[in-house]
Amino acid sequence: MSHYLMIFFKSVFIDNIALTFFLGMCTFIALSKKVDTAFMLGIAVVAVEFVTVPVNNLLYVYLLKKGALAWAGYPELDLSFLGLICYIGVIAAIVQILEMALDKYLPALYNALGIFLPLITVNCAILGASLFMVERDYNVMESTVYGVGVGVGFALAICLLAGIREKLTYSDIPKGLRGVGITFIIVGLVAMSFKAFSGLTF
Amino acid sequence: MSKATDALLDPIINNNPIALQILGICSALAVTNKMSTAFTMAIAVTIVTGCSNAAVSAIRNHIPNSIRIIVQMTIIATLVIIVDQMLKAYAYEMSKALSVYVGLIITNCIVMGRAEAYAMKAPVVESFMDGIGNGLGYGLILMLVGFVRELFGSGKIFGLTILSPVNDGGWYVTNGLMLLAPSAFFLIGFIIWGLRTWKPELQE
Repeated sequence: MSHYLMIFFKSVFIDNIALTFFLGMCTFIALSKKVDTAFMLGIAVVAVEFVTVPVNNLLYVYLLKKGALAWAGYPELDLSFLGLICYIGVIAAIVQILEMALDKYLPALYNALGIFLPLITVNCAILGASLFMVERDYNVMESTVYGVGVGVGFALAICLLAGIREKLTYSDIPKGLRGVGITFIIVGLVAMSFKAFSGLTF
Repeated sequence: MSKATDALLDPIINNNPIALQILGICSALAVTNKMSTAFTMAIAVTIVTGCSNAAVSAIRNHIPNSIRIIVQMTIIATLVIIVDQMLKAYAYEMSKALSVYVGLIITNCIVMGRAEAYAMKAPVVESFMDGIGNGLGYGLILMLVGFVRELFGSGKIFGLTILSPVNDGGWYVTNGLMLLAPSAFFLIGFIIWGLRTWKPELQE
């Protein structure tokens, strides 16, 4: 149990996907102007990560990994070079399915998420989580926990940033720095504060 | 200037993908703690953007509008796999250092953004030039950030010692912050600030 807790904790705080690995930055900067939208996006990311990472894990272990196709009579076959194209296909398909399912069963949430759901397909945080899962050799259970952790970490980071940017509306910022410029510097400061978690184990 | 040269030169300064369109920042920040990784990444992205733009443009009249994203995605993913395999074959150390970031070129917004915004409407040669230009504009910022981070973080440029660090008996006390994630954000923030002070029409 503590092993899974550690994976979760690590992916939320120590290895926060947005602030330590710089993934999903485009969405992170573009959609962090208001806390409400940021929160919605956060939920969408958690939902997508929760499904895609374990599915990609199964795909990798049972189809792509070297020797994974032994059951079909190809023990030497190594398809891992096809990984990228498979993962992105799985992500695009799952986002599409999730969108249809939400539209049917949870129309309120679907309307609130709007454009964010399809945008998530091209969010590097999603593909990045799948690639890290392969690199770290997680099993199905671990990758589910890891997926949720990454999603929660991203949601936390984007809500934090949105809160700060809302407060910033009335500040007197030098002209050239307004907008994206100052946002980058703020993200840098937030990332520095997250560095305080590094080295934490339990 | 002809349209093709225009398409090549415009994205380098005037319409820089990172500093102005705020695209493709994800990987830009992560690989810049050494100049050699930044350089490899810049080349990889330039090749992928150029080729994907040319390929998308070549078949632009045959792609049904409703499935264009998937088609673009497939073209980009194929090119990225080729680049990834080439790196693994000929520069294995480098491909280990870049870890997942080569794969993440697929979701790099520059590649997708240029395919969608430019290549779907323009002829092949111009699209190719536009892709190369955007790749170079991306590379320029990457090298700039990489230069500052490696010089002040470890006193080196491309692995050659310029400022000899205290640990090896030199005089320069290395700035550890430069090697960590936050410094990249600060540097890009400052680059944007500088560029917008230089060209006030870009301010928000």
